[in-house]
Amino acid sequence: MKSQPISLKDLSLKQAKSNQSPEKAVSEGPFNVIVRKEIADHIRSWRFIVLIGLIVLTFIASMYVALGNIKSSVGNTDDPDHVFLYLKLLTTTDNSIPPFHIFLSFLAPLLGISLGFDAINSEQNNGTLIRLMAQPVYRDNLLLAKFVSALVIVSTLFAALALLMIGGGMLLTGVRMEPQELLRILSFITMSITYVAFWLSLSILMSIKFKQAATSALTAIGIWLFFTVFYQIIVNLVIRSFLPNPTFLSQHEIMAYNELVLNILRIAPNQLYTDATTTLLMPSVRSLGPITMEQMASAIPSPLPFKESVMIVWPQVSGLIAATVVCFALSYYLFMRREIRS
Amino acid sequence: MKDPIIQLKGLTKCYGSLKAVDDLNLDIHKGEIFGLLGPNGAGKTTTILMMLGLTDPTSGTATVCGHNATNNPIAVKKKVGYMPDSLGFYDGMTALENLIYIGRLNGLPEKEIKTSATEMMEVVGLTNDMHKKTATYSRGMKQRLGLADVLIKRPDVIVLDEPTLGIDPSGIKDFLILIKRLSKQQGLTVLLSSHHLHHVQQVCDRVGIFVNGKLLAQGNIDTLSGNLFGKDGYVTSITVQQTIEQPWPFETELKLREGMNQITLHENRIDFACSHDMTPAIVRFFVEKGYDILEVHKKDYGLDDIYEKYFENNLMENTHEKSTDFFERSFFKTGKK
Repeated sequence: MKSQPISLKDLSLKQAKSNQSPEKAVSEGPFNVIVRKEIADHIRSWRFIVLIGLIVLTFIASMYVALGNIKSSVGNTDDPDHVFLYLKLLTTTDNSIPPFHIFLSFLAPLLGISLGFDAINSEQNNGTLIRLMAQPVYRDNLLLAKFVSALVIVSTLFAALALLMIGGGMLLTGVRMEPQELLRILSFITMSITYVAFWLSLSILMSIKFKQAATSALTAIGIWLFFTVFYQIIVNLVIRSFLPNPTFLSQHEIMAYNELVLNILRIAPNQLYTDATTTLLMPSVRSLGPITMEQMASAIPSPLPFKESVMIVWPQVSGLIAATVVCFALSYYLFMRREIRS
Repeated sequence: MKDPIIQLKGLTKCYGSLKAVDDLNLDIHKGEIFGLLGPNGAGKTTTILMMLGLTDPTSGTATVCGHNATNNPIAVKKKVGYMPDSLGFYDGMTALENLIYIGRLNGLPEKEIKTSATEMMEVVGLTNDMHKKTATYSRGMKQRLGLADVLIKRPDVIVLDEPTLGIDPSGIKDFLILIKRLSKQQGLTVLLSSHHLHHVQQVCDRVGIFVNGKLLAQGNIDTLSGNLFGKDGYVTSITVQQTIEQPWPFETELKLREGMNQITLHENRIDFACSHDMTPAIVRFFVEKGYDILEVHKKDYGLDDIYEKYFENNLMENTHEKSTDFFERSFFKTGKK
């Protein structure tokens, strides 16, 4: 405290100097600063370490089971997909545990929710939000930075796992990889990231809406449980209550009802994700809805080219992206004009 | 007259039917230390939030450093350092890291950032603790770190919301001296809100008294006491050793003097109410007349009295709704006198 006058003099001199120098403009924007800090925070947090451990364990377990069964499934010539060794690695199982992509449809929401559920409210409760907002930072920059930083981490994690799997598979089997397989695996990863992004934006929305982190986490988990467990049951119950007796319906009408049920089920994001990943990882899947016998009549049971699979899952992808955007837009709406008090 | 650096015009904020801030007009000039004084819930924080664009006013405008705070908050936030009443830091980071983060957010050049953060820590006297995690900081240290945090962006205006809350008395003194020194050396404009009048009295050039969303009075402490206690003016009371005979022979002589309003006699004490300060003349008069003066007391109206006076009225207002008008009338009447 004693040396204040001196240090202050220096300070004001420096201030004058720095105002003159033209290279002052060369500093990164607040958005990047926040993203960097958030990523550092995530990496150091216990929460993330636990989740990473969970996902890596899942990955190792499903790889282990898949490698044990890979010989029989690749040797099975009845299966049109048997040539795709690396896709088989991701989807084969002996039914003791679900394959990796099914596992991921459970774990990805958990990952997204846990990375976002306290994004805004914990800062508000700690009193850091108001300090942050008193800096020249746009509010949307903060929201976007929270979203992007979590997503960067998730993307890195998933990409690392996929590349590990490919590399490990090559070392163990020595089989050459089809370009199509690489594309499919990469798009599977992108799909998974989009899926996490949806849950992330939902949980950020919850973190803005609810002041308590526990409330927002529980609400987000509640929504997730609703869609994974109860949604199908409820849809079935409701449809059954007004579905006419199938014996009096023509085949076309039954088809139409089936289509309706499927479409309603597809509101659930996990349904979208499962549909999309199944199509991407199993090239022989050629339709997600029911197919009539006429349509199947002269079809050869062969794998679809990559482009066709993407065409099939495109509605799913856009559905997920749309849901993410809606959550994000709501977050903006709630946060932009909100009064921030500590 | 210079242009005011902070200009609030007809600022109003309603929460539902509650008017938190009611038609507030306030000008604060460059280099001034302005104290916003009022009880809890008077609308001080709301006013500050509106000045920073952190909440939208229901009507009226807040112009800070020439920018409209509602439409252009970023420009305002570049110039204004704000220290909220309950400070929070990222507990996982050290104090220096917290400070550097804020510096980066303000777009300070990366080369200078570390040195300037270290300097700031020195300014607020935290050099020895700057590598500690903020979770271990005491309230007073956090407050100082908060000040460093405000200063690192090199603001033109600093806004401190209840800066003395929760610090011990010696800490408060240091803190206030620090603020005053900074303001004088760098020409900073300081807006300080508090419900602690003594602190405000120590440092502020001007104060505004803020009750129930209304600015009841503003000015320096002399003006305020003049406004409020105008009828009494300056009161000097003199205690002498001798008993004063009643009626006092010199009373008429003194009463004829210019500016003397009233003389009240007690056993061995006389109170003089004057329209200007006549203490030296009165003392000289007593000495000449051969009185042995024991004590001369000039009644000084501090913020304490001012504050109390306003809060009395405020309390009344809470019990009788109508008395707002009554109070305002009585206040302005005394002001005119």
